[in-house]
Amino acid sequence: MSRATESLALARRIGAFDRDGLNILLHAADDALRRAERALDERRDRGAALAMDGIPVVVKDNIATTDLPTSCGSNILGGYLSPYDATAVAKLRDAGALIVAKSNMDEFAMGSSNENSAYGPARNPVDPTRVPGGSSGGSAAAVAAGIVPIALGSETGGSVRQPAAFCGVVGVKPTYGRVSRFGLVAFASSLDHIGVFGKTVDDAALGLEVIAGHDPRDATSAPRDVPAYRDAARGALTGVVIGKPKEYFPADLDPRIRERCETALEIMRSLGAEIRDVSLPHTDLAIEVYYIVAPAEASSNLARFDGVRYGLRRDGDGLRGMYEATRSSGFGPEVTRRILLGTYVLSAGYYDAYYRKAQQVRTLIAEDFAKVFASGVHLLFTPTTPTPAFPLGAKSDPYEMYLSDIFTVTANLAGVPAMSLPIGRVGGLPVGGQLLAPHFDERQMLAAAYALERTLGEEAHR
Amino acid sequence: MSAPASPADRWREKYEMVVGLEVHVHLKTKTKIFCACSTDFGAPPNANTCPVCLGLPGALPVLNAHAVELAARAAAAIGCTIQPRSVFARKNYFYPDLPKGYQISQFDKPLALDGCIRVGTRDDGTPIEIGVHRVHMEEDAGKSVHDRFAGYSAVDLNRTGVPLVEIVSEPEMRSARQAEAYLVALKQILEYADVSDVNMEEGSLRVDANVSARKHGDGKLGTKTEIKNLNSFSAVVRALDVEFARQCAVLDSGGVIEQQTMLWDDRNGEVRPARSKEGSHDYRYFPEPDLPPLVLDADWIARIARDLPELPEARRERYRASHVGLSAYDIDVLTSSVALGDYFEQVARRSGDPKAAANWVLGEVLATLKNTGQSIDRFSVRPADLGDLLVLVRDGTISNSAAKQIFATMVATGDPPGRIVDREGLRKVTDDAALIAWIDEVVAEHPDEAARLFGGEKRLQGVLVGHVMKKSKGSADPKRVNQLLAERSGT
Repeated sequence: MSRATESLALARRIGAFDRDGLNILLHAADDALRRAERALDERRDRGAALAMDGIPVVVKDNIATTDLPTSCGSNILGGYLSPYDATAVAKLRDAGALIVAKSNMDEFAMGSSNENSAYGPARNPVDPTRVPGGSSGGSAAAVAAGIVPIALGSETGGSVRQPAAFCGVVGVKPTYGRVSRFGLVAFASSLDHIGVFGKTVDDAALGLEVIAGHDPRDATSAPRDVPAYRDAARGALTGVVIGKPKEYFPADLDPRIRERCETALEIMRSLGAEIRDVSLPHTDLAIEVYYIVAPAEASSNLARFDGVRYGLRRDGDGLRGMYEATRSSGFGPEVTRRILLGTYVLSAGYYDAYYRKAQQVRTLIAEDFAKVFASGVHLLFTPTTPTPAFPLGAKSDPYEMYLSDIFTVTANLAGVPAMSLPIGRVGGLPVGGQLLAPHFDERQMLAAAYALERTLGEEAHR
Repeated sequence: MSAPASPADRWREKYEMVVGLEVHVHLKTKTKIFCACSTDFGAPPNANTCPVCLGLPGALPVLNAHAVELAARAAAAIGCTIQPRSVFARKNYFYPDLPKGYQISQFDKPLALDGCIRVGTRDDGTPIEIGVHRVHMEEDAGKSVHDRFAGYSAVDLNRTGVPLVEIVSEPEMRSARQAEAYLVALKQILEYADVSDVNMEEGSLRVDANVSARKHGDGKLGTKTEIKNLNSFSAVVRALDVEFARQCAVLDSGGVIEQQTMLWDDRNGEVRPARSKEGSHDYRYFPEPDLPPLVLDADWIARIARDLPELPEARRERYRASHVGLSAYDIDVLTSSVALGDYFEQVARRSGDPKAAANWVLGEVLATLKNTGQSIDRFSVRPADLGDLLVLVRDGTISNSAAKQIFATMVATGDPPGRIVDREGLRKVTDDAALIAWIDEVVAEHPDEAARLFGGEKRLQGVLVGHVMKKSKGSADPKRVNQLLAERSGT
């Protein structure tokens, strides 16, 4: 109970953080918080504690909540209130968590810096001149700033792990199908995942344990039992084979990041793991594949924002004029760019050359992982990002921005679980180490993360 | 009876019509294809909606297993091969009654392929069959209402997500009449398979027609147009002939046919081009990432085929083979709907007299249905009761003319025949004393006719029998009355 009380106190400071100008949160819930507090008090009186009783949680603005707007960081959904809770949100509430705010994000989760938000960029609490990463930048920053211990984000190409690395927190992307997508506003359905941020590995494990599991409302959710992830805290690394894929340690990798990764690998070896050099040969194609598949699906998923039923509507000349006026003023430039790109690659005459080909290469990338894991490797370890957090405005070229996801998109394309955890700092900025595991083996991945976190201790944040 | 003149007639000698039909059929599930909303027709606008069928942000489709079963049954009923793996795909286009901006359909991997439908019989007895290219599943769109609110269009999304199968024929029909025969046969099969209400008025069966013209003997297909807005089978027939005639006139004057969508104007009997955009959509199909491929195992597919109800052709064959002596026309009428055939069979079984059952169903029953506007499945005369009535006739309890009268009472009251017979004293009277008493009365009331009969004018005997039957309210045994009258006239 002390933890809950302390967390509530943290949550009450939300306003204070907003005043700091970090722009982390979009919609805070005074009413919802009070209601939840009352419910918490009642349960406390009854002595019926729940797994996340009173723990305040921030939820990314593209995950549906009934009591807070779900605007996806976009003007087109400004103030939109969902009539239903996302499954993950409902599970959090059922577990006693308090949904205290929605977090800033790149519009429709398209971006790697949070600079694409219609509500202005969020800033990195570690260094407010720098981006928190994206697209789940607000959620990562909320945890890093100490507003909440746990936050929900979403990933399509690394949007949980990359901001987790930039902000120095833990970010977990589970296996595709492990957490229901029902209520996650779709960007690219075959790549979208809900993920969890935690101040610590244990926080993230707790959040994941609560939101994971089969959901009959999501046909792509897996009917599999969810292990007790927090039990992985006691796991040892003896006999665990950890692959070090050479494609993730290119020659031009920032040497300070390389050094941090080598240290982490050395620690895991000292804990009993075997480190093995491996190869995922199709890695260099991942960004190109991603930027065909994701925009293609996005161009279709975002068609529903047409001004007819909800959200922004701008009148124009006739029906077509209304569509054009609404969508032109409702979507920002990056979203518009991806819709156009996606529409193009699905067009008659181009489908085979782009979309079909990209899906074929995607299969090869997934097979890379399957082969490595079939060869006796239990986990992979890589840097999460090629650089630490960059300054706001540093990456004006979209392609350069896209490359900041170079180490993370593969896990989305293959659907394998992956996570980032702090492994130290360079120049005062956090560095993330990435662990990847076979499908549905989050437990093994978390066990390694627990061990690494425990052994690194304060080094993880120095 | 000759067909009425058609604008196509003058071209038939030179040009051949080629028709392919796309038929959309609502499956009769209780709930929609991707959510739990009701499929009821006629609910208040937008009452049957939820986040999924409204396309709200974050909502996801989940496939209705019953819709798959009905779709597979439809496909099996028209002889298609159900595919062990089919894939849903998104058909992308913007329209206000399409809330997601795409329709979930199937594209390059449909549910079923290669069926055929028998549309008639050649002179040599071989069946005429039209190939069915494919059957695929999809969700219906909503309905746009343009004439209800001044200055606005309104959208009703109750129909959004109602499960459909689209049945696409091969371009193998060669006349509008043959297209009509295909539709009649298809509708009958789907009704027998119990997969759809197949009601064109409620939109549960919709037809788009592709038509082209070519010179007889030409191996290559001409450029086709697609006709939409066909609201009845007769509209299909008329629209095909009108469009065929239009195309022939264009071709005959050296013109070329533009591939486009035409709309049928039923009131004016015209086709006109739809707004040019409609035909030139690039739907940007791609596999639906929210739904895994539909994988059906071989046992399941086999069970669907095995558990199919009896289909119209099989029932016709059974009636033919039963040697009751029904004409081909009678068989066609009796099998025109499942319910009528079922009714006939129950009457036949109960009465033990299929021939009489057929006569009654084809005669009195159909006439009554037509006159009273009742449907066979809600007919006031239960088939068991009609069967009992036939038994009463056969065992001599009542006369045939009394039976007609009793039947009329059954229609009006729904009472079983035995009760009516007892209540109205219609049991056939064979007792000579009673019959002689009626004859005496008739003779007294019609002295002239009686005198002429007894004077040797035998043809008057029937007239007097009729008087007796009338007096007895049909209960007199006409055979015995004849005998008694003959005795009295000394012949």
